[in-house]
Amino acid sequence: MHALAGLPTADTLISAEPVDYVIIALYFVFVLGIGVMARRAVSDSIDFFLSGRSLPAWVTGLAFISANLGAVEIMGMSANGAELGISTVHYFWVGAIPAMLFLGVVMMPFYYGSKVRSVPEFMFRRFGTGAHLVNALSFALAQLLIAGVNLYLLGSIVHALLGWPLWVALLVAAAIVLSYITLGGLSAAIYNEVLQFFVIVAALLPLTLIGLHRVGGYQGLKDKITEFAASPAAAAAKVPSAEQQLNSWPGQALSGFDSPFWSIVGIVFGLGFVLSFGYWTTNFVEVQRAMASNSISAARKTPIIGSFPKMFVPFIVILPGMVAAVLVPEITQLKSGGSPPGGASGEGVKFNDSLLLLMRDVLPNGLLGVAIAGLLAAFMAGMAANISAFNTVFSYDLWQRYIRKDHSDDYYLRIGRLATVAATVIAIFTAIVASSFSNVMDYLQTLFGFFNAPLFATFILGMFWKRMTATAGWVGLSAGTLSAVLVAFLSKDAFGSLSLGVIPLGGQGAAFVAASAAFVVDIVLSVVVSLVTEPKPVSELRGLVYSETPREDLVDPEEHKLPWFRRTLPLAGVSLGMVIVLNFLF
Amino acid sequence: MSEKHDLDAPGTDGEQEGRHTAGAFDIRNFIGALLGLYGLILLAMGIFGDQSLDKTGGVNANLYAGIALVVVSAFFIGWARIKPIVVPEHVEPAGDDPTRPAPKRRSTGH
Repeated sequence: MHALAGLPTADTLISAEPVDYVIIALYFVFVLGIGVMARRAVSDSIDFFLSGRSLPAWVTGLAFISANLGAVEIMGMSANGAELGISTVHYFWVGAIPAMLFLGVVMMPFYYGSKVRSVPEFMFRRFGTGAHLVNALSFALAQLLIAGVNLYLLGSIVHALLGWPLWVALLVAAAIVLSYITLGGLSAAIYNEVLQFFVIVAALLPLTLIGLHRVGGYQGLKDKITEFAASPAAAAAKVPSAEQQLNSWPGQALSGFDSPFWSIVGIVFGLGFVLSFGYWTTNFVEVQRAMASNSISAARKTPIIGSFPKMFVPFIVILPGMVAAVLVPEITQLKSGGSPPGGASGEGVKFNDSLLLLMRDVLPNGLLGVAIAGLLAAFMAGMAANISAFNTVFSYDLWQRYIRKDHSDDYYLRIGRLATVAATVIAIFTAIVASSFSNVMDYLQTLFGFFNAPLFATFILGMFWKRMTATAGWVGLSAGTLSAVLVAFLSKDAFGSLSLGVIPLGGQGAAFVAASAAFVVDIVLSVVVSLVTEPKPVSELRGLVYSETPREDLVDPEEHKLPWFRRTLPLAGVSLGMVIVLNFLF
Repeated sequence: MSEKHDLDAPGTDGEQEGRHTAGAFDIRNFIGALLGLYGLILLAMGIFGDQSLDKTGGVNANLYAGIALVVVSAFFIGWARIKPIVVPEHVEPAGDDPTRPAPKRRSTGH
């Protein structure tokens, strides 16, 4: 660490001192320590890929949140907070919590109870090869891409904060993630995610509190935002009105719809239903965390326990962004339509820099080290989650299913480790490509997002309608994805200059409509195709379809003995109630 | 699931050689240790270091954050002491799927 700190450094955004380096180094010692300790516990491939299905619910619940609390989330959401204000909370309260609760209450019994080892494997058992290949391949590719994007963001932040050259930062970060995952498999990834969660909170909570203190508390923040939004410069730069920045509903600034009514519809159905259910309930990165838990009850509680921290994450991610918009001179200038030089990229300040600049302005050395460690933690969490999900799907769903069947368990464990190494190397190359073609990367991410949208439709129909056929599975998925891509091409800017602008919608609004189109097309086609093709025999559907699965397969026989606050349904109810209250408060 | 591994209860099936506590590899000890070290460093910075009051708006942020971290750290280490994790050595093999190419698992000693 110190040898690297001695590398020739460029001008850094933040001046770290030895104490900050000590704090960052300590974090890495712990991360690797967890990998080494977890190594002892890995004896077979189930250990490696699913943590031996032995983790308690609070651990998998926090990992569930942490796996998603990566670079894109933290920098992106604070940037949205700075730019649009409080309506960004919809990504959490509407766009995550309901879907997480649904996953725990309705879908997890099928995933855990059928003992599949991955989400694509569930697809295989319900719909056979076609849908499985579409799902497994698109998922594996998307994970490689996203791991690369996470790695690139990590490298560029290290470059900006500590002054290391980008390639050194990329290699060091990749080497650390690689070593703890190959050593300890999913256990190491999950344990590190839990540790990361606490380091992230220890980093962002003081930042938020001190930031709020500097602007005179929440009331002071409101006053300053109101004052700023009323200024002529803000009006010229089309800054959302103070009312929009300080109230979550109707959220036109976020959705991009002019009408408040359609804005609410767009957020509730587009974001809250189609996009978020597609992501949270079928994304193996998330579901894998729950599958690693020690009972069906713990698996169901994983996303529900995760929903409690999740609903408070916006306070330490979005609020600092909003504070930065009125406290950090560069961000204020940017928001008024200026283009201040500098920033993490060196090509001018962007809203993505809000959090970094706020750290620079309000944190003393010491806390600054914790904050940097927290950001690095978040970025590594994201990348590690992508890679550990990738190696499972690659080993079980692609290699074992289609390339080398019937080998020993040791063999697949070895393939898993090799897949991890390969994925890391590919992620490094992706990151290097991303550093020169960042727009292309954005569009590719948008594109892979469209693979999620119809998945939920196919899963939910497949779980509750035994008549749905294998052909309907892959036809619905493919057609749904294609229709989302088509809408994106017809929109104003979902694919940048490639989009044609036939549909007058840009930004999030276009994504909502594209996802909704995918959902509707998938459902309609699946129903039509099912009615003209032959369904699977009912005897093969046990554990996969609601009506063919005995009730006792779906619930934990021990659960009714637990006190109410450790049971799935009461917990989900409390979570839902709290999130509704939060929506009324803000 | 026919077998339950309640992490809070010591093993009832003690004849299985495999049951052992997680000991040092209990994530709560890791969390407690790291946050505790951070807390102590920040406390020291708050007392002896540069307080940067101009940045924090007159609050000794390192000191308060240090205290909070030490408290959280004590909570995790205490929790791990009071309720140690028992690691189940045996988990049900997921080999009952007829459609899956059979992984030839080593017997895990049931």
